[in-house]
Amino acid sequence: MSSSPPVPRLQLQGITKRYPGCLANDRIDLSIEPGEIHALLGENGAGKSTLMKIIYGVTQPDSGSIVWHGEPLKMRDPAMARQLGIGMVFQHFSLFETLTVAENIALAMGSEAGTPKQLEPRIREVSQRYGMPLEPQRLVHSLSIGERQRVEIVRCLMQDIKLLILDEPTSVLTPQEADELFATLRRLAAEGCSILFISHKLGEVRALCQSATVLRGGRVSGHCVPADCSDLELAKLMVGDAEGLESSYPKVSGGRVRLRVDDLNWHNIDPFGTSLTSLRLEVRSGEIVGIAGVAGNGQDELLALLSGEVRLPRGERERISLDDHPIANLYPDARRSRGLAFVPAERLGHGAVPDMSLSDNALLTAFQQGLLSKGLIKRAKVLAFAEEIIQRFAVKTPNAQAPARSLSGGNLQKFILGREIMQQPKLLVAAHPTWGVDVGAAAAIHRALIALRDAGAAILVISEDLDELFQISDRIGALSGGTLSPLAATASTTPADVGRWMAGQFAPQAPHLCTGSSASSAATLS
Amino acid sequence: MLLSLEPRGQQSRAMLWLSPLLAAVLTLLCGSLLFLLLGLSPGLTLHTLLIAPISDWYGVSELLVKALPILLCALGLAVAYQARIWNIGAEGQLLLGALAGSAVAVNVIDWESRWALVWVLAAGTFAGAAWGGLTAWLRTQFNANEILTSIMLNYIALNLLLYFVHGPLKDPEGYNFPQSAMFGDMARLPLLSDDGRLHSGIYFALLALVVIWVLLQKSFLGFQIKVLGLDRRAAGFVGFREKSLVWFALLVSGALAGLAGVSEVAGPIGQLVPQVSPGYGYAAITVAFLGRLNPLGIVFASLLMALLYIGGESAQLSLNLPQAITQLFQGMMLFFLLACDVLILYRPRMKAVWKKRLVGKAAVA
Repeated sequence: MSSSPPVPRLQLQGITKRYPGCLANDRIDLSIEPGEIHALLGENGAGKSTLMKIIYGVTQPDSGSIVWHGEPLKMRDPAMARQLGIGMVFQHFSLFETLTVAENIALAMGSEAGTPKQLEPRIREVSQRYGMPLEPQRLVHSLSIGERQRVEIVRCLMQDIKLLILDEPTSVLTPQEADELFATLRRLAAEGCSILFISHKLGEVRALCQSATVLRGGRVSGHCVPADCSDLELAKLMVGDAEGLESSYPKVSGGRVRLRVDDLNWHNIDPFGTSLTSLRLEVRSGEIVGIAGVAGNGQDELLALLSGEVRLPRGERERISLDDHPIANLYPDARRSRGLAFVPAERLGHGAVPDMSLSDNALLTAFQQGLLSKGLIKRAKVLAFAEEIIQRFAVKTPNAQAPARSLSGGNLQKFILGREIMQQPKLLVAAHPTWGVDVGAAAAIHRALIALRDAGAAILVISEDLDELFQISDRIGALSGGTLSPLAATASTTPADVGRWMAGQFAPQAPHLCTGSSASSAATLS
Repeated sequence: MLLSLEPRGQQSRAMLWLSPLLAAVLTLLCGSLLFLLLGLSPGLTLHTLLIAPISDWYGVSELLVKALPILLCALGLAVAYQARIWNIGAEGQLLLGALAGSAVAVNVIDWESRWALVWVLAAGTFAGAAWGGLTAWLRTQFNANEILTSIMLNYIALNLLLYFVHGPLKDPEGYNFPQSAMFGDMARLPLLSDDGRLHSGIYFALLALVVIWVLLQKSFLGFQIKVLGLDRRAAGFVGFREKSLVWFALLVSGALAGLAGVSEVAGPIGQLVPQVSPGYGYAAITVAFLGRLNPLGIVFASLLMALLYIGGESAQLSLNLPQAITQLFQGMMLFFLLACDVLILYRPRMKAVWKKRLVGKAAVA
């Protein structure tokens, strides 16, 4: 596919970067040709972000060299990278929500590029040419996440771009939006722009990229042509040991209704937040219900209402009930004593206190499990409880006194999930349970959820990861703009259906209309 | 940069103990240098400042008298600070405690029973708690920043005290001096021994020490306070009641400061005067952090602070040392103590880059 010209566009040779306590990049070599779409694959913590920051001049490597068009150079800062024609789209957008598209782009390009008014025609032209329609005068806060990403990309394309770096760009997109993005990227590559595409989703890497560099633990674990490798081969390169990644669980149908959300309406006073409208939802014992959706469509609001961080007035307490007891007006601890357990989206700072020990973090939610006596903490019992979590869920940590912040994302998530499961909940609500977690830990978390389901608990999983939802949930739905699609059995649903729901089209559609290339996003690590 | 600090990732156990020692060594070294430059004998000056004040029983008892109000205030502040509620108002809470206690005391001068003392102490403690509660109310009801409100309430408390001591509470037979009548014996804290001024308020301090220690180290309530301080979202996630905890922390802090204030007027002073406190409430802020918000640490810190107060005074008297110099020495010690604590979480490192640059410059030269 790639007819390699004599000089690669970018070459990295022996890049090494050390942070206190970890070797983020260890002698990394990488080469990108003009017009090539190159994937950088790796687990969280494999060193992808560090490497990108080095290419973009955000940080300096400790050793190794960067060669640009055959010329070795020192990337001083992002301004220099932009001058050379390197653009970068970060996972978290850097846009001012209260400014217009044109103003945001003008700000990034500096005063010599012209005023927002002068830039408008070029923004329209560039965005049309690459199939990313954008209205320059719209305010950014009124744009969808996908549109905001377009602003970021168009901002890079406004200059003479030679290398575009995208950090997990599809994590915020619906499958359809992702397909549109891929079309744009292919067109860009055809014009000679090199693209470095960072991801851990194997399906899309295979669909889009001509070659791939796989990182593991800060080192290059392999270069390959993704189209020629199976998912398992790629996963092995990423994780090392692909054992236990098989991922097909039998689907079941639940028993009696545990969680009932009945016509839940909630007005968000935050102008940039999402309000919920007439949400209806039932989760039965012994089943997993999955809720998909692009971030910002009401997930955070629904989660806060379910956990009790946000409570409804007493008169509306029937809106949420657990085992037929109204709970919508209760505090989180009162809901917990009725059998609710909860894994919030953010591990550090929400699900666990970063500066407290694991033992204290076990006490945090499990204090109703006989760990107190007359208001005093039974230290020995708390410690034993924490150690049991660590042992049963194979949490890698020196001991239960280690602060939560010292654990890797996957280990801390195993600990938090273990803490909730050990309380033998009737209902477990888990938000993004494997977000930012390595494949091995994700598989362990999925197994634990399935085991809890099979023990008779009702489980509600809210996630942005469609692969995950299809893998573990028995029924599935999607949130869009604060409304919930009807739930359907996962076995009879396709990712394309869910993609439509995520875009807000809940009405049933003829099957022939929703086929397409979205199968790529449904590929799992099976 | 020559020296850079690198995060350790976790607390260094060794440095937890070594940092105060290191600070002491640095203070003694720099202090000696300072006194040498002034033409004083470092040995003699340091002895006068740090050892002479506590070389006899009277000195030790004076030290305890001084440390008592600081300790009470700092223990209360530790509770608030663990919840990251920045109560700067211990001074005002202390003054109001003294004022309210005095208002009761001058009305019970004739009482023959110990109930007089009980009422006086209760009035002072409640007044302090109420003054702290005012900050809590402003914070929970209007989301007003407690740093600002508690500082402003300090000035209000001071001026209330001045008004009452110049007006309604002034001793009618006091030749128009701005002070109240002497309290009756039954309203005074009994002395512990005939020599010295050490009084039974020390028992309150010990009791408060135990209670606050159990609260912060052993109880679930203390755990909730710490979670609230470290991570407000996690506290909300598990359903800890933030408003109640804010009220609790500020009421405890205010009550202990109020008790400190009333113990001053019912103890060593024996009447209400405008200068009840030489800034105990402010010193307690430093002491609370110096003791790392740990009750036992605070005991040592308050003793040290009291020693600096007394040593400074005696050095002014016996060595003619200017007050500015003793304050400079105190400041130096506090600076080193707090600065060395950085080493608990950070590791100092020499930067190689700097050396390279140095070599480059040398080559050019």
